[in-house]
Amino acid sequence: MKFRPAGPSALLVEVDSLDQARALHAEIARQRAAGWAPSLLDVIPGACTVLLDGVPDHGRAARDIRSWTIPPVPAGSRPVTEIHCRYDGPDLPAVAAQWQLSVPEAVRLHTSIEHEVAFCGFAPGFPYIAGIGRGREVARRDSPRSAIPAGSVALGGEYTGIYPRASPGGWQVIGQTTAVMWDLRRDPAALLVAGDRVRFIDVTP
Amino acid sequence: MTGRSIQVARPGALTTIQDCGRPGYAHLGVPRSGALDAPAHHRANQLAGNPPGAPVLETTLTGVAVTARAAVTAAVTGAHAAVRLDGRPVGLGTAVAMAPGQTLDVGPARPGVRSYVAFSVGLRVPPVLGSASTDLLSGLGPARLTAGDVLELGDAAAPDAAAAAGSRPRCPQAGVPAAPVPGERAELLIHLGPRDDWLSDAGLAALRDDAWTVSPQSNRVALRLAGAAPPRSRSGELPSEGLVAGAIEALPDGQLVVFLADHPTTGGYPVIAVLDPRSLPVCAQARPGLTVTFRIA
Repeated sequence: MKFRPAGPSALLVEVDSLDQARALHAEIARQRAAGWAPSLLDVIPGACTVLLDGVPDHGRAARDIRSWTIPPVPAGSRPVTEIHCRYDGPDLPAVAAQWQLSVPEAVRLHTSIEHEVAFCGFAPGFPYIAGIGRGREVARRDSPRSAIPAGSVALGGEYTGIYPRASPGGWQVIGQTTAVMWDLRRDPAALLVAGDRVRFIDVTP
Repeated sequence: MTGRSIQVARPGALTTIQDCGRPGYAHLGVPRSGALDAPAHHRANQLAGNPPGAPVLETTLTGVAVTARAAVTAAVTGAHAAVRLDGRPVGLGTAVAMAPGQTLDVGPARPGVRSYVAFSVGLRVPPVLGSASTDLLSGLGPARLTAGDVLELGDAAAPDAAAAAGSRPRCPQAGVPAAPVPGERAELLIHLGPRDDWLSDAGLAALRDDAWTVSPQSNRVALRLAGAAPPRSRSGELPSEGLVAGAIEALPDGQLVVFLADHPTTGGYPVIAVLDPRSLPVCAQARPGLTVTFRIA
């Protein structure tokens, strides 16, 4: 575990893997619930990091975190959210080709994986969903699309993302869902948050 | 009987409603948002007799003009700008009593970028996730002002909903001291890290010694600085990680991106340094063309 200051009141805690970042993030949530670091404003999980914004005493925060026994996140500890997806995105053939699969095989692969939300970012309610795994990373498009419709299911790096609203984007669009990713009438407003398990269901007509 | 209100006579280049923003939702991808020049926001509310953190107007470069539809106390702070009430000069940084029908005109920022205009007892805006702020990155909060908009004012007997919302910390930047509005040059105080190890020794020296120029592409999301790329010790991108306000990303093309209130919550370029909070108000008032240097804390 490595502690990197991010300005006078934030600390970036770096670990070796997404699993370790998930476990650390879960432990921080437990410690916060028990009253740890009341000055914390935001805790932002990343791919291999957790950023603590609102810890002016870096040394003390680091000492506390080092003293914790951080249990791994048990498999299957969160409910599975099913995302119904029409696999008809414009970049699906290119992704299948990159994976050296036919389009139906690529869809079967994507729907066979139990994915998990690593973190949110880019836009409110935009989940970075891990699962496609190392070796199947998908390169961004050479030129980003100026408008990707809301509900687009797209691949970037080792993640699947779902666009909560129309926006420009450089990820490879493989499908479309009617799931509402962001709704301010919900609490939390985001449909998927870090740690949630996700399964994609093929509803291509 | 309608409530007290003001009407927008001239919206200016970009005028938004801002308060202390929405801390606590970054893990859902929600930018913090809020007034870019926090001390100016705070001072405007003080002068108008408002509760701290009440929503105010934030202008961009060309000011704003509003007409009172009720008796109201206004105050303008931030960028240097000529302020007139029905054409008569009134002071910057003073409480201005407006009678119904009178128009307050905040002129172009010279120097500086953003004026803050508070009205007693705050603008009444339905809060989104606890804040009245317009977030230009993600589209949360009220739309930017347009001519003819009528903005409801709060009621002194019923404190503003946004200011009273919840027990969450309301003003992350409360207590940051005001900074002089920069003229030709600005020195920004920075703290190295979290990814300063992506710079070579020559890169660190360049950060200390070189000068950058504020680009016209700057906005509420980021101050963009053009200059020579500080030499790196490695290339590529990082796995996405969280960003704080004031984070300085080094882009491969040499540009430095200094993230401001509407910044994305995660990024994949190395953050080589983070602004000291005292330098955030300087960035809020940094005009395109301004020369910027860094001092490492």
